[in-house]
Amino acid sequence: MRLSEPLVNTIVLAGLLAVPLYALVVDEPFTITLATRAAILALAAVGLNILLGIGGLVSFGHAVFFGIGGYAMGILAFHAQTYTTLDLAVFTTEGTKSMPVIWLVAMGLSAAIAFLIGLLSLRTSGVYFIMITLAFGQMFFYFAISWAQYGGEDGLSIYVRNGFPGLNTLVPIQFFGICFTILCITLFLKARLQASSFGLALNAARQTPARVETVGLNPTRLKLLAFVISGAITGLAGALFADLNRFVSPTMFSWQLSGELIVLIIIGGVGRLMGPVIGACIFVALEHFLGGLTEFWHVYLGIILLCIVLFGRGGVIGLLTGKVGAHV
Amino acid sequence: MSEPILATHNLTKRFGALVATDDVSIDLRRGEIHAIIGPNGAGKSTLIKQICGGLRPDAGRVAFNGRDVSHQGTAERARAGLGRTFQISELAMEDSVLENAVLGAIGAEAGAWRFWRPALKTRALIDRAEAALDRVGLADQRHMRCADLSHGQRRQLEVAVALTLAPKAFVMDEPMAGLGADGSKTMTGFLESLRDEAPILLVEHDMDAVFALADRISVLVYGKIIATGTVDQIRASKEVRDAYLGDAA
Ligand SMILES: Nc1ncnc2c1ncn2[C@@H]1O[C@H](COP(=O)(O)OP(=O)(O)OP(=O)(O)O)[C@@H](O)[C@H]1O
Ligand SMILES: [Mg+2]
Repeated sequence: MRLSEPLVNTIVLAGLLAVPLYALVVDEPFTITLATRAAILALAAVGLNILLGIGGLVSFGHAVFFGIGGYAMGILAFHAQTYTTLDLAVFTTEGTKSMPVIWLVAMGLSAAIAFLIGLLSLRTSGVYFIMITLAFGQMFFYFAISWAQYGGEDGLSIYVRNGFPGLNTLVPIQFFGICFTILCITLFLKARLQASSFGLALNAARQTPARVETVGLNPTRLKLLAFVISGAITGLAGALFADLNRFVSPTMFSWQLSGELIVLIIIGGVGRLMGPVIGACIFVALEHFLGGLTEFWHVYLGIILLCIVLFGRGGVIGLLTGKVGAHV
Repeated sequence: MSEPILATHNLTKRFGALVATDDVSIDLRRGEIHAIIGPNGAGKSTLIKQICGGLRPDAGRVAFNGRDVSHQGTAERARAGLGRTFQISELAMEDSVLENAVLGAIGAEAGAWRFWRPALKTRALIDRAEAALDRVGLADQRHMRCADLSHGQRRQLEVAVALTLAPKAFVMDEPMAGLGADGSKTMTGFLESLRDEAPILLVEHDMDAVFALADRISVLVYGKIIATGTVDQIRASKEVRDAYLGDAA
């Protein structure tokens, strides 16, 4: 097939919007929830795709930021719903049920942690980079399990979804609207970022760091900033994911989740704007339809992944547009 | 004579038992082309790496533009005005020719921290990049993917990227490597025209090019400079002929 990429991109977004609208008409709220789940996973993967697709860095610990976003939401909402104070030494807070505040905290924390993890892990490359990011992921996972104050292994339930000014977030289609809007805004910003001077330099740093240095730029700093931006976006997705489920648990930090984010980017198309969105939609659809038939639906996911890696290097978007890479 | 723009002082680098750079002191004067020649494995690229910052010497220093740059990294030396080309092309192969040149322009304007405006729609970057491509004769190829360029065109693009930086001195590692006779001739003419812009430290195997271009030649053998002099002096030296030039002189 030879569809133009902007056309494919438009169809994908329109599709992701049409499904829940149709579900609204025929009154199938669960389908709206599935679409919301896809939009949020897509957002998380858009974040990772900045690092993986442009920067060429395989972070096997991106669940760290997903989890940080989740726990930022969980902890703030927990204190708000139990009327307890959260004492942070420098200041205390009563928690909050306001989504925008939670998002800012989730992104800020994720960015800060991403900066630290990036600083350490960018000293390595290749398989060592994968291992060190995985190790950070496991650290956070086991920390969350042992964090009894916030539910330990059992996680935290939040009884009422957090609020957004002017909207009733408990209505599935309204919460979907929030997530979809955030996804679209992020995709737009990501496209600008990729075409900007920073994006061009980062893209070159993936291919030829020595060249980037000899024109006077620092490839490690470029990658570090990409790590921070990437972590913040995935953190935001984590906060939304927790709000979707009204529940956070250590599984948000699990390495399986990190792996799934990578897998859905590869299925959709590495480095492509809509790659993560396509990947997330396929992932959620398989999880739902095959997951209903067999516990072992991951096997089929594996087969799809295998086919794509072996036969279609540009992922689904590569197949649709007939272009293996963003540039080819 | 004004002080040299670039100089090494007693540079030494060992790889285990191998002394790849052995007490090398050379300099590059303003307005000159200084060629470094020597057999394969003599340590030419190793010397270049220490000058440009990719490799830390065990002893000795590098001075550029009157300042000791020994402790600066590659990027810092580039920003100070050192324009380098690689023996084996270092280019973003997936990107277009123009994008590779724009990368140089971004470096020249220290502009990597811009996140909003598309780089390929930024006039100042495009102008700088296209001017450099024009000069090496790659203007018509600017939308080609770098991977689709011929070997010779990649060598030209290497030089173009260095040109976007408007460097104070060029350090070139075998710019003619793998070029045919015609390609070498064109490149020789081009380097000649660069001489007025900035001096060139030129590592090169192509003796025709070296004899045509160089004001001075240094001969590097087993990491040591065995002779430095004008073209005529080097051609006349028995020691150089024995160690390297053979019949080429
Ligand atoms: N990183 C390294 N570790 C160990 N030995 C090295 C390293 N880099 C270079 N060498 C050795 O140092 C010597 C000089 O290598 P160098 O690449 O500088 O030679 P050259 O003069 O550039 O050769 P050519 O003309 O083939 O490009 C060679 O014997 C090489 O094997
Ligand atoms: Mg060499």
